[in-house]
Amino acid sequence: MQKSVGQPINRLEGKLKVTGAAKYAAEYDVKDVVTGYVLSSPVTKGKILEMDTSDALALTGVIDVITHQNRPKLAWFDIQYTDMDAPPGTVFKPLYNEKIMFNGQPIALVLAHDLETARYATTLIKVKYEQEAFDTCLENNLDQGRNAKKGFATLLKPPPPKPTGDFLNAYEQAPIKTSTSYHHSAEHHNPIELFATTTVYEGNGKLTIYDKTQGTINNQLYVANIFGLRYKDVRVLAPFVGGGFGSGLRPQYQLFLCVMAAMHLKRNVKLTLDRKQMFTFGHRPETLQNLRFATDINGKITALNHSAFAETSQFEDYTDPLVAWSHKVYPSANTLFDQKVVPLDVFTPIDMRAPGGCSAMHAIECTMDELAYKLKMDPLTLRLINYSEVDDSSKKPYTSKALKACYLQAAEKFGWDKRNPEPGSMTKGNKLVGYGMATGIWDAYQFPSRVEAMIDKDGKFILNNAVTDIGTGTLTVMTQIAADELGLSMKDVDFRYGDSKKPFSMFQGGSAMTSSTGSAIVVAAKELKVEIDKDLKTITVTRAVTAVAAGKIINPKTAKSQILGSMVWGISKALHEESIMDENLGKYINTNLGEYHIPVHADINDLEVIFAEENDELINELGVKGVGEIGLVAVPAAIANAIFHATGKRVNNLPIHFDELL
Amino acid sequence: MPTVLLKVNRKEYHLQVAPWVSLLDALREHLNFTGTKKGCDHGQCGACTVICDGKRILSCLTLAVMKNDSEITTIEGVANETELHPLQQAFIDHDAFQCGYCTPGQICSAIGLLKEGKAKTREEVKELMSGNLCRCGANVGIIDAIMEVKGAANE
Repeated sequence: MQKSVGQPINRLEGKLKVTGAAKYAAEYDVKDVVTGYVLSSPVTKGKILEMDTSDALALTGVIDVITHQNRPKLAWFDIQYTDMDAPPGTVFKPLYNEKIMFNGQPIALVLAHDLETARYATTLIKVKYEQEAFDTCLENNLDQGRNAKKGFATLLKPPPPKPTGDFLNAYEQAPIKTSTSYHHSAEHHNPIELFATTTVYEGNGKLTIYDKTQGTINNQLYVANIFGLRYKDVRVLAPFVGGGFGSGLRPQYQLFLCVMAAMHLKRNVKLTLDRKQMFTFGHRPETLQNLRFATDINGKITALNHSAFAETSQFEDYTDPLVAWSHKVYPSANTLFDQKVVPLDVFTPIDMRAPGGCSAMHAIECTMDELAYKLKMDPLTLRLINYSEVDDSSKKPYTSKALKACYLQAAEKFGWDKRNPEPGSMTKGNKLVGYGMATGIWDAYQFPSRVEAMIDKDGKFILNNAVTDIGTGTLTVMTQIAADELGLSMKDVDFRYGDSKKPFSMFQGGSAMTSSTGSAIVVAAKELKVEIDKDLKTITVTRAVTAVAAGKIINPKTAKSQILGSMVWGISKALHEESIMDENLGKYINTNLGEYHIPVHADINDLEVIFAEENDELINELGVKGVGEIGLVAVPAAIANAIFHATGKRVNNLPIHFDELL
Repeated sequence: MPTVLLKVNRKEYHLQVAPWVSLLDALREHLNFTGTKKGCDHGQCGACTVICDGKRILSCLTLAVMKNDSEITTIEGVANETELHPLQQAFIDHDAFQCGYCTPGQICSAIGLLKEGKAKTREEVKELMSGNLCRCGANVGIIDAIMEVKGAANE
């Protein structure tokens, strides 16, 4: 039988998605469902003095209004509210008391017969607040920076590595050096599907919950712990998830509120957040990074210093892993790394596609470009001079790292040799042309998972696992792997997923095998071209080539889509998206998809993906690595470097606005 | 409450809805045509695009009562009984989606676009499809799929 692994197979759930038959969390036809709507606090910090819900309750069609004053009694121990992805600290408990800790905090839930009534009724609730002074500005509060508290999550995100050698002395003595600061705005995931939960009240303490989540079991445990239900009586389903990008790694507050309402009313309840409310929970934190790199006169790196500040909330210490990356790619005898969290009056940040890495590698690879110019050396040559087969930070060999092949293949495909290194030297009509390159690196994480297999009466092989497919192609790829392993055709394999009832897959504490045998990474080289209008300074990424080494590719079609998608994310991070904080109001002011810019079709031009062959026999039996993040990591730096090449101007704040080139 | 006659996917529905109910909510909440998606409710993302009397419209910016007696086609009505619409098949072949949530809006918008006949080049297709956001970044596949169907139609 022909092997399916390695074949560009169409997504198995494709037909359901193109016909509208795929059901997302808010789309289940549940009988007599009550619809909820959340009232969000317009105040950033303070407390609720009075709440009058009488007008809302008097409106025809309103069933109930739940606030901190009348909410059902629950056990409110912090430990019960924690989840598998909770950073160290005290988890947020919705409607717990009168305290307001961030703008947009949910303060009431209206329950009504229909959506329009519930939404309107939220406007009838009268609230008196006592406002307190707040801090939402990272830059003004750097003196509040401190080390992140330690906790369960520290396992995956260890504190910065200890210094090696003598950085300060080496930097002082070095002939070639840079010292540069980089600022990154906060970003929100903004999957197009709004966060939503439908809770089916089954009676006898049983719930069936359709939820927008990336982890069905995480949310099952969360609900059972809070509401005192048996694990087996709570079933969380998420067969289709309309985008996650990290935002679904933790249970969001609509899950808690929806379940609370269903338990309270003993009825089925549906709750969807609106787009503005999609800006009231986890996000990629705003960061400030300072980098000092030094080389000898031949370009060999001698000293690396990366320090960073990242915002977190006042109640949890989220860590965006920023400072350890440079030493994983480039050997250096002298290193100094430091990272601080700055608690602000915002919600806790959460992982967002390529967390930490995409912000860090932007700073690192722009610094490398700066060094290349100081050395009067081709940026690609500088990377090759500092190329290593051993991860200098851990002194372990990489399980595999076809990065050199990536550099060379991307350069050849792109035509890097046609680049005149002089900034501003290349033009096309009224456009300044710039070529930029950068390296991408991402950890090849592995999480243990258990799959249950059985054969049905027709001889079809059924595989069960609780995992979700958020658009990554999991269903298709798992089916391909299973079919080949079992020597069956794909149509004889039925992979069932997105259901907490399926076998448990715990994601923390993984990578045990990889950490003992070698340093497991995914790498990419990116080369791209920008065109900048000479008068208006509008920036267009006209062409980008990514060469990726990610082990064995199970499905080149879905893997390529993952890389293309993350390249679009890279363009977005570099040139489009940011959540703009108004420090005086203490809130994000562009909380809609008209003002939170992401690339539209017209912004995306020629994108190419090359998979460099890589045979990794150490990482796992299949030799596979994840491809969801790697395509994003190198893009922002490649764009910033191309903009420098085109204009001679270094803009170190993302996103880059065209007016900064005027 | 006013009664409105909506002809959705060649079937008639008499619906009692308040005047403030959007066509999107009428379709999703009242008629269970959940293939039409809500992404922003502000006309900014295009996920709610349906075809109304042959033209692509944003159902979130349209009140249901405005479309009394109109012919509405949602993603559920795009294919015929035996086979997918060529755009649906092209979306599958070009892997023009990942999570699938913006997909119904992209396909309905593309059907409207091809019918308008304004877009001649790939650049024009990209421009005139730019009201439909895709957060997964499947932009290249989406435009490839539309260009394939457009090319076939022109031959």
